[in-house]
Amino acid sequence: MRVRSSSRLAVILKLTTLQTLYSTDHPGLKKRDELEDMLEERRRSSDARHALRCYAPAVYKGLAPREVSALRGAVLQSDALQHVIGQVSAECGERRELVQEEAAHLLDEMAHRLRLGTVRFFAYVLSKVFKTLFRSVRVNEEGVQRLQQAIQDHPVVLLPSHRSYMDFLMMSYILYTYDLALPVIAAGMDFMSMKVVGEMLRMSGAFFIRRSFGGDKLYWAVFSEYVKTMLRTGYAPIEFFLEGTRSRTGKSLTPKTGLLNIVMEPFFKGEVFDIHLVPVSISYDRILEESLYARELLGVPKPKETTSGLLKARQILREDYGVMHVYFGHPVSVRSLAQGRVKRSQYNLVPRHIPQRPCLAAQALVGEAAFRLVRLQEQAMVLRPWTLVATLLLQNPDGMDLPVLEEQAAWLRRLALSFGAFLDWPGRTCRPVVGAGLALHKNLARVSGGRVRLAVAETPGVGQTAEELAFDRAVGVLSCASYRNQILHVFIRPALLSVALRTANSSRKDEVYTCFNFLWTVFSNEFILCPGASVQDFEEACYLLGKCCAVQESQQDIVMSEGGHATLAFLRALLDPFLQGYQVVCQYLCKETEENLRENKFVPAARNFALQLILAGTLKCYEALSSDLQKNALAALVQLEAVTKVKV
Amino acid sequence: PPPPPPRLRWRSSFEMVADAVYGDAKISRQDIMKWNGWGYSDSRFLFNKKGQGEFTGKRYRLSGMILPSLKDWFEATFGTSLQHKTPATPTLNVSAVPPPNLVEPFVEELKVAGVAASHDPEGRVFRSHGHCLHEIFALREGRIGRVPDLVVWPNCHNDVVKIVELACKYNVCLMPYGGGTSVSSALECPLEETRSVVSLDTSQMNRILWIDEKNLTVHVEAGIIGQDLERQLNESGYCTGHEPDSMEFSSLGGWVATRASGMKKNIYGNIEDLVVHIKMVTPRGVIEKSCQGPRMSTGPDIHHFIMGSEGTLGVVTEVTMKIRPLPEYQKYGSIVFPNFQQGVSCLREVARQRCAPASIRLMDNEQFQFGHALKPQVSSIFTSFLDGLKKFYITKFKGFEPHHLCVATLLFEGDREKVLQHEKQVYDIAAKFGGLAAGEDNGQRGYMLTFVIAYLRDLGMDYYVIGESFETSVPWDRVLDLCRNVKERIVRECKERGVQFPPFSTCRVTQTYDAGACVYFYFAFNYRGLADPLHVYERVEHEAREEILANGGSLSHHHGVGKLRKEWMREAVSTVGLGMLQSVKEYVDPNNIFGNRNLL
Repeated sequence: MRVRSSSRLAVILKLTTLQTLYSTDHPGLKKRDELEDMLEERRRSSDARHALRCYAPAVYKGLAPREVSALRGAVLQSDALQHVIGQVSAECGERRELVQEEAAHLLDEMAHRLRLGTVRFFAYVLSKVFKTLFRSVRVNEEGVQRLQQAIQDHPVVLLPSHRSYMDFLMMSYILYTYDLALPVIAAGMDFMSMKVVGEMLRMSGAFFIRRSFGGDKLYWAVFSEYVKTMLRTGYAPIEFFLEGTRSRTGKSLTPKTGLLNIVMEPFFKGEVFDIHLVPVSISYDRILEESLYARELLGVPKPKETTSGLLKARQILREDYGVMHVYFGHPVSVRSLAQGRVKRSQYNLVPRHIPQRPCLAAQALVGEAAFRLVRLQEQAMVLRPWTLVATLLLQNPDGMDLPVLEEQAAWLRRLALSFGAFLDWPGRTCRPVVGAGLALHKNLARVSGGRVRLAVAETPGVGQTAEELAFDRAVGVLSCASYRNQILHVFIRPALLSVALRTANSSRKDEVYTCFNFLWTVFSNEFILCPGASVQDFEEACYLLGKCCAVQESQQDIVMSEGGHATLAFLRALLDPFLQGYQVVCQYLCKETEENLRENKFVPAARNFALQLILAGTLKCYEALSSDLQKNALAALVQLEAVTKVKV
Repeated sequence: PPPPPPRLRWRSSFEMVADAVYGDAKISRQDIMKWNGWGYSDSRFLFNKKGQGEFTGKRYRLSGMILPSLKDWFEATFGTSLQHKTPATPTLNVSAVPPPNLVEPFVEELKVAGVAASHDPEGRVFRSHGHCLHEIFALREGRIGRVPDLVVWPNCHNDVVKIVELACKYNVCLMPYGGGTSVSSALECPLEETRSVVSLDTSQMNRILWIDEKNLTVHVEAGIIGQDLERQLNESGYCTGHEPDSMEFSSLGGWVATRASGMKKNIYGNIEDLVVHIKMVTPRGVIEKSCQGPRMSTGPDIHHFIMGSEGTLGVVTEVTMKIRPLPEYQKYGSIVFPNFQQGVSCLREVARQRCAPASIRLMDNEQFQFGHALKPQVSSIFTSFLDGLKKFYITKFKGFEPHHLCVATLLFEGDREKVLQHEKQVYDIAAKFGGLAAGEDNGQRGYMLTFVIAYLRDLGMDYYVIGESFETSVPWDRVLDLCRNVKERIVRECKERGVQFPPFSTCRVTQTYDAGACVYFYFAFNYRGLADPLHVYERVEHEAREEILANGGSLSHHHGVGKLRKEWMREAVSTVGLGMLQSVKEYVDPNNIFGNRNLL
């Protein structure tokens, strides 16, 4: 009897998830896979057995896995590397053997040394850690199955979003759990300084690359040949972060194309039939590094990765981080991306081991693909109700009555769903959902006397200066904003349009578009807006706002509809902190008297300028203090040629 | 012991009657050849009442033999059943042939000049096509497209001069026709052609005019068919050594016009290496060199305007070719490799050491299995026991994976001692790449496959299976990538276009050069359930060619461009290159008398 009832419960639970995911009252939403808790099994059976179980993943084309040493030999003896070694030795008059040795040294510094023993150790420890940190880790198992198939058919590149150090540990952990080939992961050199942990990560499949090696030909050759050899031979799935680094703001970062260029080249050169790129969206109820990030954005340097630092971080084990979601997207075939875009025959006339700059079409394709993949990551990112609550709280700094908040959250939920958000909203009622979010994030929001407000200090504490108070507040606001930011990708296009509608001189479409396009250009570093797609984005925005009855379109004009006020006002308010922040940066640059401002001085100076405005009470927007925003604003101004960079 | 007599592959078909009967009104080979399929009418594959494969006729080594494994291979490879047949229209429906568009005074003047001509519908249909899949498929369904309006049979160079003069005078379109083995749509009448189209059949110009033993050259009329040339030279103790796979039916003029390549080019060279002198009749007049010097520095070689011109500039009438004394000894051989990659590495090494035998070819695993399906019934228990033992040795003892191993076939030629020495050298290289000698029989069967494959396509077409072969040449470092990518592209495209069963997509390396290799693809699929199988086929072949070009392969190694591959010419030779060729055409044939519209 008991078993039956619990299994029925499971069915009911499944039904509710299904309903929330492709909610019947919002047809036209993208079909999304169901998510299953992968920790459930871990809570029921032995972690040691899990760590020691037979691990025999399916591999590419059923090839026998290669030894690490064979891979090393293949890279060092490859024509491509030998070619560059010859060049370097001729250029600097060094003996060839010495350069060869140097290359071997670089490779050893870089290369992973995957060992099953270490993987099993991690499998054991991480089982424990994840069960403590997270209530559940929900994974779309269909996506895992697709990935398994893809790994057997083609070389695979895994492209997870990057919000936390947990990301790549979790990725490998999931793949191990589902008996998939473990990825080889490109990691920043920073980890290397953690002696023991660095080596352990290396033995669980991480390889380390220097942050910058622009001019170093030999390093580049070793690195790119290492990656390409693994791809060509189907050695293992390659994993790296398109965003390059962890996003401190909760927004996706503008993708870096360096590694993507490298992994796509074997296809362009015909060395493999196809390569599959698999976007993976990882989202957290609560990010472990939450307040660390806020501090970093405010100029407190990132703590150096040290083993002892890691041990100190044990305290985080005592907290509740809610649910983690991992969504494996559909594999994107490089072949179909390149279809009709890139002429592969351009590589016919030069031996393929000689490095060749990709043609403009290929460069453009890689850039576009990078944006597209980040967009795919964004779209499959599971959004939790708290992101909506945080959004509302930030727009109401004086706090909101709980019933009002609940009502508004319900309204916002409908709006988000109609814009296609992947919102995980258990049940249909609002109260418990909002309540659960507030409970989990009690460090960020406080409920007192039926009123909810951000948990920021009102008055300075004992011995606290006004500056310190402002800093504390900013930490609270930026932490909260990092949750709001997670949902921005859903609203950004309609939000830009809302502001454009307000600023345009008339309701004529072309004028509105001109304003839209200006904003779109200004914010192209702030949000993931695919280069050259402003017309498409405009059309999408018009469509979405039309769909939720906020605007009405005619042949020529676009105007706010009668009931559209609330929606448009909300969307404008969403962009407001960014508009204010950018204005502050502009004000600062206008006032800056120094003839030549050094780039590394810019962020502290701009922050200080904003802080003074806040202290004077003329600026209420704490987000203007964010270094991320300031850098993005500067980049936009450089792009718009309002500011020029000069080499001194 | 005295050396054994030379073993010549063509012995079996040499006993054939002479193709054309001089002075007869019905001068054509069409009587002994299929009108809607490949080769001789008496030779074809079929499944007999017991469901066993069989090859009819008496012309080939395989003729009259039972092939017990063919049915299983055929059904398993294509997912077909012998129950589902797609028989061809048995006879040509003459009434479906469009009436000829004749220029009466032209015909009259031909008659006066004594040139044989006919507008008999069967003869016109026979010369209206090559052997592309779509051409044969249409004929099997009884569909007749645009056919030539008249066939003329010049008897010698001067007849051709007369015909070309008359064609210019009456603005008639001439299309030279040699052996009719084109696989590039080169013989299709252009649909946009409104003039009277005259097929100029060179088959009567088939004499060896002289043999020069001092210089080792032979002067031949260009209409001679490959096997006849070889047979007649053999009688005098010589050979040209030029053996394209189509040599049973293709003509010397056709070889020149398409830049043909022969199986034994490693010893004898390709057509461009063999030719010493060419005489061609063009609308501007006759083009030829003034001497037979073995090499000249007299500007760009005018022979290279002629070779590969695909009948767009004129008719090749006489050719002087190099000849060699018949080799004393011939020996087949074969090598089994654990996988295709090792096989290619071995061929590359053989090419690097420049010690390639007369022929060396590497089949991939699918083709190896295909070859096995064509093994005739074994005669004794002992043979089958021996076969089993060999298989055991290779797969179990040597650890070769039956689904990865592949086979190279070899043909050595020369004096006995050198052949044996050469053989050892090649086998020693092979051993370095894990290759095991696998006997003469396997080698010989491999070459036989070449000649019967075209017959097999007709069998496939009886059972919903269509297919074709195509080729390319590619630098050594790209051979493996190209083979893999093209085969996979074919599989992928078939799937995407609704082909129900995975296609047969296989390749082999058929020639080695210093800087690369020639790769041949076979591609066939079961078209049951497809509304327009031909269209699917053509799209897949098109995509496969795109893939070849993207992977550094050439547009063609020896099949030529014709009309089938014209769309890629600009890309292949650059705009300036194409312009050069066009300006030659403009000068030589301003009125497009040779209007087959190939190449350009």
